Amino acid sequence: MRRVLLAATAITLLALTQAASAQEAPVLRIGLREDPDALDPTLARSYVGRIVFASLCDKLFDINEKLEIVPQLALGYEWLDPKTVRIDLRHNVKFHDGTDMDAAAVKYSLERHLTMQGSARRGEISTLDHVDVVDPYTVKVSLKAPTAPFIAVLTDRAGMIVSPKAAEAAGKDFALHPVCAGPFKFAERVAQDHITLDKFDDYWDAKDIHVSKVIFRSIVDSTTTVANLRAGSIDLAENIVPSDVNTVKNDPKTKIITSPALGYQSININVAHGDLGKGPMSNVKVRKAFEAAIDREAINNVVFNGMFTPNAQAISPSSPFYNKDIKTPGRDVALAKKLLAEAGVKTPVTFSMNVPNSPVSIQTAEVIQSMVAEAGFDMKIKSMEFATSLDAGDRGDFETYMIAWSGRADPDGNLWNFDHTGGPLNYPAYSNPEMDHLLDEARAVTDTQGRIGIYKKVAELAERDLPIMLLYTPMNIVGTSAKLSGFVPVPDGLIRPQGITIAK
Amino acid sequence: MRGHFGQRLLQVLPTLLMVSLLVFLLQQLMPGDPALVLSGEEHDPQMIAQIRAELWLDRPLPIQYLHWLGGVLQGNLGFSWHIRQPVVDLVLTKLPVTLQLGCMAFVIAVLIGVPAGILSAVKRNSFWDYLANGVGLAGLSTPNFWLGIMLILLISVDLGWLPPSGYVPLSEDWRMSLATTIMPAFVLGNAIAAVLMRHTRSAMLTALDQDYVRTARAKGLSETVVVLRHALRNALVPVVTLGALELGTLLAGAVLTEQVFSIPGFGKMVVDAVFTRDYPVVQGVVLVTATIYTLLNLVADLLYVLINPRMRGA
Repeated sequence: MRRVLLAATAITLLALTQAASAQEAPVLRIGLREDPDALDPTLARSYVGRIVFASLCDKLFDINEKLEIVPQLALGYEWLDPKTVRIDLRHNVKFHDGTDMDAAAVKYSLERHLTMQGSARRGEISTLDHVDVVDPYTVKVSLKAPTAPFIAVLTDRAGMIVSPKAAEAAGKDFALHPVCAGPFKFAERVAQDHITLDKFDDYWDAKDIHVSKVIFRSIVDSTTTVANLRAGSIDLAENIVPSDVNTVKNDPKTKIITSPALGYQSININVAHGDLGKGPMSNVKVRKAFEAAIDREAINNVVFNGMFTPNAQAISPSSPFYNKDIKTPGRDVALAKKLLAEAGVKTPVTFSMNVPNSPVSIQTAEVIQSMVAEAGFDMKIKSMEFATSLDAGDRGDFETYMIAWSGRADPDGNLWNFDHTGGPLNYPAYSNPEMDHLLDEARAVTDTQGRIGIYKKVAELAERDLPIMLLYTPMNIVGTSAKLSGFVPVPDGLIRPQGITIAK
Repeated sequence: MRGHFGQRLLQVLPTLLMVSLLVFLLQQLMPGDPALVLSGEEHDPQMIAQIRAELWLDRPLPIQYLHWLGGVLQGNLGFSWHIRQPVVDLVLTKLPVTLQLGCMAFVIAVLIGVPAGILSAVKRNSFWDYLANGVGLAGLSTPNFWLGIMLILLISVDLGWLPPSGYVPLSEDWRMSLATTIMPAFVLGNAIAAVLMRHTRSAMLTALDQDYVRTARAKGLSETVVVLRHALRNALVPVVTLGALELGTLLAGAVLTEQVFSIPGFGKMVVDAVFTRDYPVVQGVVLVTATIYTLLNLVADLLYVLINPRMRGA
């Protein structure tokens, strides 16, 4: 009896070891900074969700590393008039359920974004009036008003096309098993832990896919993320914090890949939002004095190891829309004092800054606090949890508010909502008819050169009025295993699986 | 006996009701509008209004509470607002993870704490006593997250022995499951081990001074038998009670430990839910936890009655 038991144990152990050492095709394991929300392109709201979609759901258009719009599920587009655009579709593209990605599916998906209850896309494509199917591979999209950024909007979730058959069958549960036309198909999700996608063999661009699976793991703690990367438990970490960059660089098993991001860090200054918008900061001279007291270069060196780009504009320096004529203002304490004297305010000018309680934001605020003190400001830091700070911002319960924006490829996404009268992200309640006119005009003009000219004026006006003071453009800092190659960083920070290979 | 049981069971329901009401009200005190958080970066006012309507956030509080309670009575804890999965499903997948972690942590705590306590009591005021006390004090005062990160850096990154984080269910691969949970379980068990050690030590010191121990020694029994069979048995009674009380520490500690090790358990779920203002998840988790606690208490009370015949009349 004993011998039988021993033999059985030995066989079991042998089987276990063999199962563990079985050779598998390379798997790409990506560490995300948080758990994504619903995996339905119409409902999804989180940034990390977009990283998952980059492997799961192809879009009509994409952007490349130079921020140019390139075709993906579409082959091209043409503006028939400022309110009508014709989109030509790629032929022989299949959804994960085997059905055809065609004009009817595009019409279905765009209308779903517009009409589905709980849609997070409605605001992005609110200008959409209707979609006509011209033939199986052509759609004609009619807009309510001329909207130049419309094609750029289709480079993100609003341009993702879902299988109408699967979406109809699943209804509100589509997020639990999404069916799209991306390089990988949904396999499994364990909330707060991982999302597994399997290679889709019928993908239209299958030759560029070199891994059999993508596994996304949410790892909140940045130290744990780096530990996982160095220990080889993940192949790629989408977000390495600047203070960890040298650790990853110095380990021969890992490397850092950076690209300039599209977003920014900003200080919203309450200029007219409720009672707190009547303080000294509502005076533009005081705001300019505040800016003159700040050294963006020093913030970058102290808090971000010099990795980010000091910037005073809402548009990334990597964008063709960036206004090169505006120099990022340097620190000038004498000027700051002079401006305060001109404004006739009593010094020290006392005000508070709402700061979301991430270590990096608080550190930035502390550096600013000590800089502006020398110019005659007494700045109090109110650190608060992120959702609380949003609520306070929305209610106008702040004098200044430090908040970051993840950024959009088209400048409209970084400006209209923030600087237009009544814009949903216009926390300072800034209102200037000239600005409104420029922002609206930039939406109506479809030629790029014309838009570049308008956004130059927008940047000048924003710098003159200063309701939102920009501090820097961050870097997307991705950490990967040394065995990983072929990853192309794009300023939107998404991880596109095309071209990625992992050496054994 | 039957009357006692019935009475106790009747007390459970109002307790749970109170807990659920309290959690509901506490959440309303939390600053931050769930609709604002859920609307994502863009804050489209139309969407925010729609979210409020969809989630009943625009109704009066009592209606919101009764709506939720009505669902609970039908076994429906609602839908997670953030990831749109039923809360019941989330609870059922997360609970076993935290239970496994908790059980392993407890075993580790007992395996370390009790022998260390015995050793330091038997070798009173010796090097071993001081060492055990020193290690115990260090264990009590080391923050969980710090110890966790240090272990990850040492054991996973430098030595490469164990995976640094993540979780594999027992049913899927028991070896990987143990490998992924042993470090967090140690971190979690470490503080409790220190408490157990100190209590075992003092209980053993008291027991060793008792007459029956002297009698046992006088009978010529070996020291091992005296310590383990006579003194320890009596010393363990208060230690076991304390161990049961420390289960609360275990659950609280799981919140931080799961975060550091990215273990998808109850603790990580509730933290994420609080930050995303995912009220149904917070309410569901607290209700389930409170139910488990109350029922365990009930079982403990009943066991006490069974063990101690003098309670039966009461």
